[in-house]
Amino acid sequence: MSAPYRIAGATGEWEIVVGLEVHCELSTATKLFCSCANRFGAEPNTNVCPVCLGLPGSLPVLNRHAVELAMAIGTALGCEIRPSVFHRKNYFYPDMPKDYQVTQYDEPINVAGALELADHARVGIVRAHLEEDTGKTTHVGGDGRIHGADYALVDYNRAGVPLVEIVSAPDITSPEQARAYVAELRAVLVATGASDGRMEEGSLRVDANVSVRRVGDPSYGTRCEVKNLNSLRSLGRAIEHEAHRQVAVLEDGGLVAQETRHWNETTGRTTSMRSKEEAFDYRYFPEPDLVRLAPGREWIAAVAAGLKMLPAARRARLAALVGEDAPAALEQIATALDLGLDDLVVAAAGLGAPARLALARAANEAAQDPASARALAPEAFAEVLHLESSGALSATQAKAVLAEMLAGKGSPRAIAQRLGFEGLSAEELDTVVAGVIGEHPAEWERYAAGDDKVAQFLLGQVMRRTKGRANGKLVAEALQRRRA
Amino acid sequence: MSAAAPFAGGAVALAAAIRRGEESARRVAEVVLEEIAGADDLLHCFNAVTSEEALRAADAVDVAVAAGRDPGPLCGVPVALKDNLCTRGVPTTCSSRILEGWRPPYDATVVSRLRKAGAVIVGKTNLDEFAMGSSTENSANGPTRNPWDTSRVPGGSSGGSAAAVAAGLVPLALGSDTGGSIRQPASLCGVVGLKPTYGLVSRYGLVAFASSLDQIGPFALRVEDAAALLEVIAGHDPADSTSLAGEVPPLAPEVGRSPAGLRVGVVADFLVDASPACADAVRRGADALVAAGAAVEDVAIPELLHGLSAYYLIAPAEASSNLARYDGVRYGLRVDADDVATMNARTRSKGFGAEVKRRIMLGTYVLSAGYYDAYYAQAQRVRTLIMDAFRRAYERFDVLLAPTSPSVAFPIGAKSDPLEMYLSDLFTIPSNLAGHPAVSVPFALGEENLPVGVQVLAPALGEPAMLRVAGALERAAAPDARGPVRPHGAGAGR
Ligand SMILES: [Zn+2]
Repeated sequence: MSAPYRIAGATGEWEIVVGLEVHCELSTATKLFCSCANRFGAEPNTNVCPVCLGLPGSLPVLNRHAVELAMAIGTALGCEIRPSVFHRKNYFYPDMPKDYQVTQYDEPINVAGALELADHARVGIVRAHLEEDTGKTTHVGGDGRIHGADYALVDYNRAGVPLVEIVSAPDITSPEQARAYVAELRAVLVATGASDGRMEEGSLRVDANVSVRRVGDPSYGTRCEVKNLNSLRSLGRAIEHEAHRQVAVLEDGGLVAQETRHWNETTGRTTSMRSKEEAFDYRYFPEPDLVRLAPGREWIAAVAAGLKMLPAARRARLAALVGEDAPAALEQIATALDLGLDDLVVAAAGLGAPARLALARAANEAAQDPASARALAPEAFAEVLHLESSGALSATQAKAVLAEMLAGKGSPRAIAQRLGFEGLSAEELDTVVAGVIGEHPAEWERYAAGDDKVAQFLLGQVMRRTKGRANGKLVAEALQRRRA
Repeated sequence: MSAAAPFAGGAVALAAAIRRGEESARRVAEVVLEEIAGADDLLHCFNAVTSEEALRAADAVDVAVAAGRDPGPLCGVPVALKDNLCTRGVPTTCSSRILEGWRPPYDATVVSRLRKAGAVIVGKTNLDEFAMGSSTENSANGPTRNPWDTSRVPGGSSGGSAAAVAAGLVPLALGSDTGGSIRQPASLCGVVGLKPTYGLVSRYGLVAFASSLDQIGPFALRVEDAAALLEVIAGHDPADSTSLAGEVPPLAPEVGRSPAGLRVGVVADFLVDASPACADAVRRGADALVAAGAAVEDVAIPELLHGLSAYYLIAPAEASSNLARYDGVRYGLRVDADDVATMNARTRSKGFGAEVKRRIMLGTYVLSAGYYDAYYAQAQRVRTLIMDAFRRAYERFDVLLAPTSPSVAFPIGAKSDPLEMYLSDLFTIPSNLAGHPAVSVPFALGEENLPVGVQVLAPALGEPAMLRVAGALERAAAPDARGPVRPHGAGAGR
């Protein structure tokens, strides 16, 4: 556990309270209420139909797969999956074809879950509900901003794409933890198959509710919602900046205004978008074109049964194998999970390979080529680890063999043989050691008398005679044995 | 309409004649188009007549018949569509300026089903703008006139469809009913108008007014024809999430069956607020049902009278959201401005008529933060109350009998006070709030010798019993109480 995040003000210390709203585009083949393709990057207005264009007379039909992915997300986050109702959220905006958004309001499909972060901190999940995405407006001419643009173009390809909005409890206490939360959530969403996790394409979009309070104050301060956070980096920076801004306002004797603020990545500042007074009255009411969504117990169970292993469980599995007492282990666990190499490590350990060594080779050497590493036969990986741990290969040799294996150049033994790493049996080594002792009696005497400094000289002689084929560790052991 | 009218025997008989090759779909279409051309300058039932398409469809039917294929149950029968049903490539205006120039790229599900059934679509009929009204006066294209007295309204909002059938211009038409928009004009025009169970007919392609209340239904001169048209358009549609699953039972055969043994409740609460002739028609209808062997009794369901106020909160609330999309960005009218918000406002100011604006404002208000519970949520509680009251009544009765409209057709311009106009739907609204079916059957001539309909209400999916009773009423009705009628002015007689 790192030290709690604090902002030192002139009048004392402050802590921050952050809740995050993450919009996740679901990886369905089609949109939420029609059969148009849900695909990023197509020519504008090519994935559209009467339904997602909101043409008069058109009606929505709920996408079953989107519901299943929402349920998978809920299950992965430990939520209760409940009967839910779609509402209309009414406001005028050109990229919203019906001038209302179909979303879930007071009866969302998933409620009351939690996400456990890598450091075992828990962040509560208030809700994770289904809704439709809007289109995209591009302002053309002028300076490209809304005011002063000559005209606007609207692309409705994204209109009606299914989203799950995941709302966290205000449990996050530092910019770093906010990033860790989104990173972990992203891994969960990818593991459930619900999302491709691409923040840069807008598959994941994050809004942050930030407030500050004096350390020890149990009440919450007034929060601001910060929008336009397109990367983990901007998320951390924006929270940090916004928290400091609020502290400055409060220490100046001012009041934080509840408002929506826009993060500007270039200036590194947040600016006011609209205040609470200007907030829309969305006139929510139940969507009469859709019926109540009440997944039965069997359907919920089937979705849960289809879930792949989640990051936390995979992390726990590795931790149980190798322990997480050393920072290096923690880092290697994170890398192996990130690259999807944990299955390989676990399998090799199951075949008798030393788990720590397996993790280290996976997180360092195998990580250079993760795709090939994931395709590696666990038996082959286990064998090279075994050769290394038994001393048949030195660490340097084992790494070289592994690199060749990743390049698809054959089995560990064949590669070792080809590289000339193998063939020096215990007897051969013994003969060479005996020869070196015979040639350098004076040095041997000193060594035998306990002068370890000459060990390096003797070892070097063995290596010269074997042209580097000997395993240094084994040579040292052979010398030791003879001295004893 | 001349006595030699090709569909004097009704739509079902006409389809049979064409199927047997005794009549040609082409000739029927030509006669219909000619009749429309002759009468519609006066009546203005149609926003658009699709002559070329109709003749092409008719020819296709004739070709199919000649080749020995059955083009379907509505083989060659001309049908008019309310102009809030989407037709591929044909303007669909909702009688609003805001949809100026818009041609839907797709057919409503009911339209595809009509085409598949061999029907010949002849045009799009006038309505109150976005189906908001009870007189077809709130149309950007001007009012439709009632053929029984051209100085009077046909009712609304499906007035164009009702008047077209009443004048004998078409044997069948479709309308939509959100608070009575099929049944009330049916009553005022002396035709049969049926609102099916919510979800029985797909709403896909019906331009939404109030989604939880809207339902498409048939107009015809005879109950059997209305049932036959309903059979064609009913049934599950995966494109409408509120569409009911399951097979639709045969409906047309119910019309001829005796109502003997059915339990019929007369909604006594409604008779007080109906005109003498409208109340009297219900009483005489009840007598006829007793004579036919039904068990008839008065029932008090005072909760139903609260339907009107609940409706005028729920329907505008949904409408305010449904009509938000007419913003000038993607289709229809656009009045340009320097920024988007001003463009939106100017487009909507110019594109919508007064009644539509009134309801959008009302609906926006009732959904606003701080008012939602007092208005929208309260209205939904009333809706539940009405459903409960219906449920109790239907424990004792198979169907209910009531007036359709409080009065006969009123003169154009007579109801300038919107609240007075809203009262036109007092007896029809409860069925929409409950999602139940109801049908108006022409039964008698009332005040000013104008037609009066009697309404049969049934619980959800109670269409079979409802149609049996409707058929019995039709057989007992005054023969001169239903169309076709040659369009004429006041007091000119038939
Ligand atoms: Zn679409």
